[in-house]
Amino acid sequence: MKVRANSKKSVIPGFGLSFGIVTAILGLIVVLPLCSLVVYSAQLSFADFIETVTRPRVLASYGVSISTALIASIINAIVGLALAWVLVRYEFPGKRFMDGIIELPFALPTAVAGISLTHLTVSDGWIGSFFSKWGISIAYTRIGITVALVFIGIPFVVRSVQPVLEKVEEQYEEAASLMGASRIQIFFHVIFPEIRPALIAGFTMAFARSMGEYGSVVFIAGNTPYKTEIVPLMIMSKLQEYDYASATSIALVMLLLAFFILFVNAVIQSRTSRIISGVR
Amino acid sequence: MKEKNDRGVFKWLLIGFCALFLLVMLILPLLYVVITSLRDGWNAFWVAVSDDYAVKAILLTLKTTVIAVVVNTIFGVFAAWLITKYTFKGKKLISTLIDLPLTISPIIAGLIYVLTFGRQSFLYDYLEQWGIEIIFAVPGIVLATIFVTFPFIAREIIPVLTATGNDEEEAAALMGAGGFRIFFEITFPHIKWALLYGIVLCTARAMGEFGAVSVLSGHLRGLTNTMPLYIELMYQAFDFTGAFAMSSILVIMAVVILILRNILEHRVNSSTGQK
Repeated sequence: MKVRANSKKSVIPGFGLSFGIVTAILGLIVVLPLCSLVVYSAQLSFADFIETVTRPRVLASYGVSISTALIASIINAIVGLALAWVLVRYEFPGKRFMDGIIELPFALPTAVAGISLTHLTVSDGWIGSFFSKWGISIAYTRIGITVALVFIGIPFVVRSVQPVLEKVEEQYEEAASLMGASRIQIFFHVIFPEIRPALIAGFTMAFARSMGEYGSVVFIAGNTPYKTEIVPLMIMSKLQEYDYASATSIALVMLLLAFFILFVNAVIQSRTSRIISGVR
Repeated sequence: MKEKNDRGVFKWLLIGFCALFLLVMLILPLLYVVITSLRDGWNAFWVAVSDDYAVKAILLTLKTTVIAVVVNTIFGVFAAWLITKYTFKGKKLISTLIDLPLTISPIIAGLIYVLTFGRQSFLYDYLEQWGIEIIFAVPGIVLATIFVTFPFIAREIIPVLTATGNDEEEAAALMGAGGFRIFFEITFPHIKWALLYGIVLCTARAMGEFGAVSVLSGHLRGLTNTMPLYIELMYQAFDFTGAFAMSSILVIMAVVILILRNILEHRVNSSTGQK
């Protein structure tokens, strides 16, 4: 065993130093806080944990978070696919600009996006007044939460699908077209199977991010109990009451959900990377 | 012929739809911040951002961002070097732990720091003895910011180092060059654009982080209020000019970061030989 490790040993010096610095910083920033979460969770009684996470108000917040994140991510998957398609397949004036602003939601602080979207969508706002004519209110409803989550999630889908779509070779489409396939058939039978893993990966990443999003949502949500309270807000309000046991219990359920999403994503990612590297 | 026309119509409809979506969802909120902040004129804007507490919030954000970027640069470079240059047990665990902060909600990030350094923690007594305040103080804000931006720089450098391989470094080592000399003369020229790109992403997130910082700040005006927290405070006090004026500074930062991003992305791609 030792011999094998030695034969693999790199000739490049500096292993000890790099290993020391990395584990020291990693230990302080990530491992120590995670350990305290585990230690603290272990002290919670299971009955209290179940009681906390099944309170009607907490359950309602899980419902709000999951439903709005799901709808927003579905919208993002559809619009993100359209955006990736337009950016890869078409030439038009302003294309570079369009490509350049996709990452805006990563660059713009979430609190800024939150107050701006809220002001735009209140009933006398620029967008809100347009929709209020039909009796639709956006701000302070679940629609508003969904709008904010669409905003923060859009880059995930576009940047996930775009590189894969670039690799899809047009000769297969031409072949299908010569054999008489319609454009809709070509899209669903030739192109879509190639980009599906990337689309699902973008969707899950947007979904995971949406579930945990706080800054852009708190302003637009209105935070009405049972109706527009998201899970991160529930955790936040428990923290403000110094009720760490409840906050941790609610957070644990969220973490489990996030890790499940991450696991699904990892499985799909490995398939996507095989497509990108061209190995099948 | 008809087929071709159909195609053209579909193309422009799709482009039109995407342009409209981006205009309403991304550009309008951006412009709205700037327009609203200047609604009452330059004077009101200037008064709002030169307010004593506003200046303190800006300075705290700058300080936090600089510390987070420095720590993450040191960590990111060493972590990328460690992961790409050596084979060792536990490598997979280390790279998983580096990426972990990306999947954790900022609020939960704040929560785990409260559990680590707060009153109920076993560390609390020691910290108290030495008079170190972390929770509801500046160190907590800094730690939370480092946490949420933790993977950004390492994740940008690792793919570049994987793509360039280890041949040059190994040759240099066999010829007797030391670790630091190998890094600065051989590795650094390969990763400089990726590193800069990572720093840009890290800066953007560090300046704008809200959730995690909000949990740990304690919201003491002038002491533990960062720019995003100051915006929240102004907004909740219905001082919309103040909130949007401060926001417009962050909007300008976001635009600068987008421009830098686009320049750097091109450089990173050409240095790894893509496109």
